[in-house]
Amino acid sequence: MRRGLLGSRGVLAAGSLARREVVRFLRQPGRIVGAVSTPVLFWFLLGSGLGRSFNVEGVGEGGYLEYAFAGALAMVVLFTAIFSTITVIEDRREGFLQGVLASPAPRGSIVAGKIVGATMLAVVQAGLLLVLAPLTGVRVSAGGVLHVLAALTAMAAGLSGLGLVAAWRAESVQGYHAVMNLVMMPMWLLSGAVFPASGASGWVRAAMTVNPLTYGVAELRSALGGSREALRAAGAPGASASWLVMIVFAAVMIVAAERLAGRRPGA
Amino acid sequence: MRPTPAVLVQEIGHQYGSLAALSDLTFDVAQGEFVALLGPNGCGKTTLFRILATLMRPTRGRASVLGADVEADPGAVRRRIGVTFQSPSLDGRLSVRENLRHHGHLYGLRGRDLSARIESGLERVQLCDRGKDRVDRLSGGMRRRVEIAKSLLHEPDVLLMDEPSTGLDPAARRSLADLLAGLRRDRGLTCLMTTHLMDEAECCDRVAILDRGRLAALDAPSALKACVGGEVVTIHAEDAGALAGRIREEFGVAPQETDRGLCIADPRGHALAARLAERFGDRVRSITVSRPSLDDVFLRLTGRRLEGSGDLGG
Repeated sequence: MRRGLLGSRGVLAAGSLARREVVRFLRQPGRIVGAVSTPVLFWFLLGSGLGRSFNVEGVGEGGYLEYAFAGALAMVVLFTAIFSTITVIEDRREGFLQGVLASPAPRGSIVAGKIVGATMLAVVQAGLLLVLAPLTGVRVSAGGVLHVLAALTAMAAGLSGLGLVAAWRAESVQGYHAVMNLVMMPMWLLSGAVFPASGASGWVRAAMTVNPLTYGVAELRSALGGSREALRAAGAPGASASWLVMIVFAAVMIVAAERLAGRRPGA
Repeated sequence: MRPTPAVLVQEIGHQYGSLAALSDLTFDVAQGEFVALLGPNGCGKTTLFRILATLMRPTRGRASVLGADVEADPGAVRRRIGVTFQSPSLDGRLSVRENLRHHGHLYGLRGRDLSARIESGLERVQLCDRGKDRVDRLSGGMRRRVEIAKSLLHEPDVLLMDEPSTGLDPAARRSLADLLAGLRRDRGLTCLMTTHLMDEAECCDRVAILDRGRLAALDAPSALKACVGGEVVTIHAEDAGALAGRIREEFGVAPQETDRGLCIADPRGHALAARLAERFGDRVRSITVSRPSLDDVFLRLTGRRLEGSGDLGG
């Protein structure tokens, strides 16, 4: 069965499931509005509200609005990747999932379909926010855009894997929401999205070091034109550490989700 | 050598915590055979269905489909079976065709072959003109028909159906029966269905009666009914309990008290009915004589009735 993921059958099944995620998303306008407007609002309120009230060390020359932009991108990717996997709870409740699980589609391709679908949705939504960047003075080069998209993809793959692992056995959407908010808010706050590690206390720094999102945010900042020296001065990890952590995190989450999907309840 | 059975269930047992849903169940279904799992809600038939559909592991015992073990080789089982779920496994936000296309992809079907199968599948269940409609805008009966088309799309050898008639009107039930009969004739389809409807079970070659997770009987409907006796006399009366005692004393037969009235199986039921009417005519509201139904078989085996057990599945 494992081999099947790489075979054409597995790709066909995964592609079909991923496509379904996107089609379902586009048929629910509420999800689109919520997913795009929340981070814009956060960015605007945080950036323009906090920007003049505090002088945060290590935010760089562009001011807080610019600093908060990478954080807003991280938020879009965090929320949309994780909440896209909520569909697995609905799929189970509505009976759709049992049809998928009774099919010969390799379990790995079922997981891959969900993760690819959630990743595409997350990256496209974060990409929409990226389009707004020039309006506020954040300038991104063409190479930078590709760099941002690559980092967003790696982050989204890991986060949607995490979401899927948490959602696989969840019984209600409400319960999942409550638990995941508890995980996601600290993850976002302690990723360098809101404040740099350099000025934080010891335990906050430690938490930031073990938070996989920290590495994604650092890579986003670098892609958005932040110099490596400035990033290092602000306590952010370097490029190789960031990519390594993002890729390992995504791989671990995908394998964990595949294991979980392959297990049948019972004995 | 005997051909491989389409479905083989050997000493299957399943526990939900301390509750035994299935105990020591053993039976087989031959290729091309139609077997009904008949029983009231909670008798374990849906648990068995989920085990055979590879969605659940049994606590004990083994099951296989066309020689492939459901535990050791679920992939091989999944390729051979078609599954009609009781609550349709459709995506309400996708159209009928999109649902079928997606299902085809899960089974490795694609392109023109898949499109042709989708169209003939829709034709089979008379939904050609609804292909573009979103599933959540269809009636319950139509969704059921889409679910049936979906479970047949990949031309399975063994069809597992969980309460297939739920939500279907009598005309749609008849066309489902015709459709299945045609597939058996043309392709040698095997079908194992759970049901609590007697008329659905009557159409099968054999009926497995499940009672509280145990196999109470397994035989052809006619053979099962033959063991009840020639005819069934049903008596409606105000004081059924007292009347049962009097009948026992005076006629030497033991009526069973059910929610449908007092029931007596007797080879010469019509003669007994006439004598009962003469003796207790003033105390009864009605006396009817009928050929035994599978409901009578169930009553005889379990002391309880199947009828009125609701539509919720077990």
